[in-house]
Amino acid sequence: MSNVTLRPALTRPASAETATKRKNPLSRKSLILTIVTAIFAIYALMPLVWLLINATKTQHDYVSTFGFAFGHSFALFDNIADTFAYRDGIFARWFLNTIMYVVIGAGGATLLAILGGYGLAKFRFPGRKAVMAVIMGAIAVPSTALTVPLFLLFSKIGITNTPLAVILPCLVTPFGFYLMWVFADQAVPTELLEAARVDGCREFGIFFRISLPLLAPGIVTVALFAIVATWNNYFLPLIMLTSEKWKPLTTGLNDIKLQTYSPAGGQEPLQNVILTGSLLTIIPLVIAFLILQRYWQAGLAAGSVKE
Amino acid sequence: MSSLAVAPSAASPGPSGVPASERPPKNRIRRDWRGWMFVGPFVVFFFIAFIAPLIYAIILSFFQPQMVWGVSQGEQFVGFANYVKLFQDPNFWSGLVRVSLFLLIQVPIMLGISTFLALAIDSGRLYGASFFRVSVFLPYAIPAVVATLMWGFLYGNQYGIMASVNEAFGTSVNLFSARLVLVSIGNIVTWEFIGYNMLIFYSALKTIPVSLYEAARIDGANEWQVVRAIKLPAIRGALMVALIFSIIGSFQLFNEPNVLQQMSGNTITTYYTPNFYAFHLAFEANNPNYSAALAIVMGLVTVAIAYVVQLRGSKGMG
Amino acid sequence: MKKFHRAVTIVAASTLLLAAAACSGDSDDAPAGTDDVSTTAPADGSTGSGELTELTVWAWEPTLTAVVEQFEKDNPDISINLENAGGAADTYTKLDNAIAAGSGAPDIAQIEYYAVAQYAIPGRLADLTEFGAADLADTYTPGTWNSVTLANSGKIYGLPVDSGPMALFYNKATFDQAGVTAPPTTWDEFYEAAKAIRALGDNYYITSDNGDAGMATSMMWLAGATPFQIGDNTVTIDLGQEGVLTFAEFWQKLISEDLINTQISGWSDDWFRALGDGTLASLVTGAWMPANLIGSSPDASGDFRVAAAPVPVAGQKANAENGGSSIAMLASSEKQEAAYRFLEYVSAGDGIQIRVDGGNFPATTADLNNPDFLAYTDEYFGGQAYNEVLAQAAADVLPGWSYLPFQVYANSIFGDKVGPVYEGNGTLADAYASWQTDLVAYGNENGFNVNQ
Repeated sequence: MSNVTLRPALTRPASAETATKRKNPLSRKSLILTIVTAIFAIYALMPLVWLLINATKTQHDYVSTFGFAFGHSFALFDNIADTFAYRDGIFARWFLNTIMYVVIGAGGATLLAILGGYGLAKFRFPGRKAVMAVIMGAIAVPSTALTVPLFLLFSKIGITNTPLAVILPCLVTPFGFYLMWVFADQAVPTELLEAARVDGCREFGIFFRISLPLLAPGIVTVALFAIVATWNNYFLPLIMLTSEKWKPLTTGLNDIKLQTYSPAGGQEPLQNVILTGSLLTIIPLVIAFLILQRYWQAGLAAGSVKE
Repeated sequence: MSSLAVAPSAASPGPSGVPASERPPKNRIRRDWRGWMFVGPFVVFFFIAFIAPLIYAIILSFFQPQMVWGVSQGEQFVGFANYVKLFQDPNFWSGLVRVSLFLLIQVPIMLGISTFLALAIDSGRLYGASFFRVSVFLPYAIPAVVATLMWGFLYGNQYGIMASVNEAFGTSVNLFSARLVLVSIGNIVTWEFIGYNMLIFYSALKTIPVSLYEAARIDGANEWQVVRAIKLPAIRGALMVALIFSIIGSFQLFNEPNVLQQMSGNTITTYYTPNFYAFHLAFEANNPNYSAALAIVMGLVTVAIAYVVQLRGSKGMG
Repeated sequence: MKKFHRAVTIVAASTLLLAAAACSGDSDDAPAGTDDVSTTAPADGSTGSGELTELTVWAWEPTLTAVVEQFEKDNPDISINLENAGGAADTYTKLDNAIAAGSGAPDIAQIEYYAVAQYAIPGRLADLTEFGAADLADTYTPGTWNSVTLANSGKIYGLPVDSGPMALFYNKATFDQAGVTAPPTTWDEFYEAAKAIRALGDNYYITSDNGDAGMATSMMWLAGATPFQIGDNTVTIDLGQEGVLTFAEFWQKLISEDLINTQISGWSDDWFRALGDGTLASLVTGAWMPANLIGSSPDASGDFRVAAAPVPVAGQKANAENGGSSIAMLASSEKQEAAYRFLEYVSAGDGIQIRVDGGNFPATTADLNNPDFLAYTDEYFGGQAYNEVLAQAAADVLPGWSYLPFQVYANSIFGDKVGPVYEGNGTLADAYASWQTDLVAYGNENGFNVNQ
């Protein structure tokens, strides 16, 4: 057999195009393989189907009819109305809060990760090794456990129960930083930067005009990770926030849940609101996934082949 | 069987997992302070949100409040007393053993399924491959709170799906029982992350250049041989990354047992996982100092294991 | 170490700058002098400087939203910032955090009776005696007043909101089907009824439990035990008492003989469904239960009835509180006069009717004896005037019970101890003994001189 060593073009990060080109027209479709894969797809979708079905039920139907069958009446729109009417529309407020955390937190995190990863990949500066080592080590520290000291620190300076207490920790994503570092290392040729410098461009000019477009697939990847992490963030807001008006959807939903599922919660059975609220919580992310997953995948490829 | 040497990306890996640029640079990469313009902002926030609490946790772990009638009379330096206590605490060990068990069983299953799915979707032999790719990936978008709520219902052995399964097979399996609740948690975690890992592997497979397959075809390799000689080596790096993140995830297990606890009653103890125990100590036992010691030990254990895995992984790479 | 401290300080300082730029707290920033305004302003708020006193209240009780609305209308000089910190458990966590941090605590918090001592003993709660709360003593049932005064300690740490004297809520249809024609009045009768109902088939159980601390402590209380006592300088824990062991033995028998459903978790969907279809035939629980049953187990409508909670010995008049909460003022509040006005409004004033209309079970004797209240019924309970049973249950609550000054922690580890018993390993008596060992150790670590 032959000795084949392969190196894809330096400037081309892993892209989706290679996939389509190499489809082997001769390989036949396999029914068995499809069925086995379908089992896993059913596994993945089953709970979501359950949620979808049960979000259409009235409170009464939910607690009295079979989980995978529809109720006696179709109440999805009533449930949505109930959800938004709950406590004078607090759900809409949580929704907006989540969006705010995502825009500022995940947006800021992505920006910081892009700048930092790029800087680490393309510059030799004093203290670089230290930055690298500390950040890589940080990925392994259980962040949940750091939340307690973080809370105590934040309360000393009086920013608990403000959006800042949720946003500040969200701004730092060591994993995103790491991905951008690896990605920038491959996607932005140093020669190109040198050439631009010779032409007299300033560093930030080079970054915005030359590097940023090359980094686009990596940026989408890091942004999606940050969005998912922020949208689904539960533990941090749980600890940091007491005021309902700053809560995101996740802890807000859990509050409604406690209202129904605990003796101290008061007498408000709200299963229909919980389920509809859950559905409404996941819909924006699901849509974002469907739209952006192609780009995401391309960015991931570069990050993941690093060994 | 073959000597195909595959370097799937420009950043042909250095031995210790650093990108190509870490090797003595061929190109003159600038050695000056300008890099800080880019790295600086991240480092500042990293310091606020990560290093400061970490340092604070280390300080806390060496102190213990003097309590009189439930009121702290000030903190006292106790040296390593919290650490000594931790190593003698059976609750801590029980949690550590449990997450290790989880790690040894759940992670291989999850990564195995993810690898299978990535290979299947990449094989071009599926009907509707892109549908499968998207649907398997979707659970990653679901918050743990919602995921656990849904699975909690399905697990119900009186009215959930488990009830129907028990009825059909004449069994009486209770997924919330002490023996099985870890399996139930494992299933939720697997469900959440199969697609995520699948996509990482799938993306790695996509970087394999067409010419390599053509070379293999000329050599007369069959599909299974292509998988073994080309595809699996190509996702090895991705597998290593996924493995390390799964190890970290297992040691930090918290959200799923936390939400499931409300449904399963007392089979999930306050020391079920180390992270869970840290939470209990800090917020229910009001002992942030002891909790900090636990957090730091777990951080060290995780870093050590991740490091060993990475070291072994890159050695095995040849 | 010094360097570390300095590093932390630098971070703190830089973050503070950011914080100042980004936002400013809007709850605690009332201008100096507002306290004086509130103390001198008349209750109707018709005069005064027009400055608003803002009170922060942490509470999860849903009926309080309507109470706050009405209160603000009646008291235009006070504005209430009602925050649901996330249910009872999260509220305590956040209270502890705020107390540890020394800032961010509310003026007023809802606190369940079992947790009052935890905040009262270390001096976190204001003594309401100076505001004239002692005059209200006769307004409330003995059980709830006992709870907020920590068994007549001479101080008043909060005012009762709702109450939960225990009662037997049973599905008459299932009981009839099993041939149990009268609800059990004693533990022996309960055991016999449990056997009859279990005989109906696979999923039929008289009740369910998988180790609920609140339920267990209430049953000990009902059995006449007082395992927790708070003295001047000591705390006593004695889980080897007769009443405790009587209950342990009784409940152990039900668990061992598979007469109660230990697989179903309280407050889960399965639990509500089982209550709805009659396979879970009864509950011994607090008087706040009816609205939960009506809302979450609608299928059992018409079948449920209420009876007095069974007692260990025939003919005994004994009962206990289960759940229920008080509303208390934090000692750290700087707006105590205004805060007390709100407490009184919620607990003893116009707030009562609003809460009762919303489904609260009252803690005030006048409302418990109100003919309209006593005559009230719902088709869910087949037209039974069940409030009569519940009002009597409130009167039967035994005096002398108290909880630990660290009961929230105690309850949090209760499940760790008894969990295995419900899966068939070990006995309740041993689990309680182990609970005792841990509680004594924890109590001493926290500077309570614990007697055993």
